[in-house]
Amino acid sequence: MVKRRQPDSSVKIGRLRLNNPVMVASGTFGYAEEFKNFTDLEKLGAIVTKTITVKPRAGNPAPRTCETPAGMLNSIGLENPGIANFIQDKINFLKKLGVPIIVSIASENSPDEFLELAEILDDLKEVSAIELNISCPNLHKDKLISQDAQSTFELVKEVRRLTRKCLITKLSPNVTSISEIAKASEEAGSDAVSLINTLGGMSIDVNKRAPKLGSWVGGLSGPAIRPIAVRMVWEVYNKIKIPIIGMGGIMDTQSALEFFIAGATAISVGTANFINPGISSEIIEGLKKYMVDNKIKSLGEITGILKI
Amino acid sequence: MEAARVIARINSNNNFSGNYWHLELESAAIARRAMAGQFINIKVNDNSIPLLRRPLSIHSVSSSKIRLIYEAIGPGTQGLAKRKPGEFLDVIGPLGNGFNLSKTSSKNSLNILVAGGMGVAPLVFLAERLKLSQPLVLIGAKSKNCLLCIKEFKSLGSGVELATDDGSLGFKGKVTDLLKRLLSTIDHRPSTIFACGPKAMLKAISLIAAENKIKAQLSLEEHMACGIGACLGCTVQTRLGFKRVCHDGPIFLSEELIW
Repeated sequence: MVKRRQPDSSVKIGRLRLNNPVMVASGTFGYAEEFKNFTDLEKLGAIVTKTITVKPRAGNPAPRTCETPAGMLNSIGLENPGIANFIQDKINFLKKLGVPIIVSIASENSPDEFLELAEILDDLKEVSAIELNISCPNLHKDKLISQDAQSTFELVKEVRRLTRKCLITKLSPNVTSISEIAKASEEAGSDAVSLINTLGGMSIDVNKRAPKLGSWVGGLSGPAIRPIAVRMVWEVYNKIKIPIIGMGGIMDTQSALEFFIAGATAISVGTANFINPGISSEIIEGLKKYMVDNKIKSLGEITGILKI
Repeated sequence: MEAARVIARINSNNNFSGNYWHLELESAAIARRAMAGQFINIKVNDNSIPLLRRPLSIHSVSSSKIRLIYEAIGPGTQGLAKRKPGEFLDVIGPLGNGFNLSKTSSKNSLNILVAGGMGVAPLVFLAERLKLSQPLVLIGAKSKNCLLCIKEFKSLGSGVELATDDGSLGFKGKVTDLLKRLLSTIDHRPSTIFACGPKAMLKAISLIAAENKIKAQLSLEEHMACGIGACLGCTVQTRLGFKRVCHDGPIFLSEELIW
């Protein structure tokens, strides 16, 4: 009898090798410790932290979340302890897990804050990659960096100069052409792109005739946005060569597979973590089973395999 | 106490009055660990309608049983009302910090429980745990039909006083006005006020507690997405910075809160 080999579900994002392609999306997994009772954290492909800014941020007024059909709106407003407290209080727990840690960063006022953060993180050996969150919809800005190809290019290029770590750019779906922005990130030296961040949305309490969210508008996530995310991954896959980390309403193995077939090299689970804190491990197992059942040796075999 | 995700059998799910329902679940893991003031987070259906879990305060526990009460008013609680005995629910709990009972054990200390509407839910569990000190319970609601759990409190030996907005039963007016009147007539100062109810009621109790130099433990409610401290959707402002209602609360000392 020949012993059946375990399928190899490892993937490469730039110079970063992940044991499996299932990551958890920024802002939906805290700093991982919150999930220790509910899932096997050591098994995750990578952990992307809640976005960190230079200074601590209090975030937006309540209510910060609101349920919508097959989705939810959030306007947390990047509440976080700031980079110094993150390093002091959060990183110790994360590094013990032995899972690649991807630190998500954002600026509040000037893009220079990205550079300051990237320089600090570049020195930390426990950090495997940096994700540039240039697409948070909850900062009350007229225009996000990721809504302009030139601004995206300039920022990614400057950060690229400061770090040799794997660099991921997280893109906004609230644009005319997401592939243009993805191309700008690639040309500026990004190792991968994450897509999609949340879609701008609003929900109204008709009795009060007032917005349901304290800051009026927020970002839509959950299964409601999955078809948009899948379409964008497919569109971008056909325009760039760097890996895509696909996300947007992944709830189970089936929905994760849609993203691989559309062109993703890895995926991130977001809102589903709120509903089933053990879902990421379940998807890791589900993907392995799919590989065995379909005699797939490496997940790369199905990335972008869409038949049309 | 560590929370767990369990698949719990529904023992019973009964409509006992108006839109109010009693739900009993079977879970020794949660029942054993539960403290008064904690909650569980329930996935009402197996699909995405509704998408998020629904947090419900633990109403009482016994060996392996968890009892809850809820008002079927939104898509989540209405969906829950359709679930039948013998079916199973995906539940996470017990969650949150629970009431601090460290200074309530003395027989001479008077503890006052104030409930507004559905706020009775966690306070019955609390009254059970305070049994020896026999708390005084004030319940307020819009009208007679919305006053819940009177018998349950009385059978635990608690004194019960009632207030209704329309005067259909008990004191006519807000339960916080009833509390004020009560405090002006009793001789010795209560050791703690425990309260659960609408935000405006909790704010009024904060002021009353401060004026009368009484400690108050308030059970807060906020919209929650995850219930385990990850999403930062339910934070409130406190004198010690932002705190998560689901993880650092839902019970807060009134003096910590910034209204």
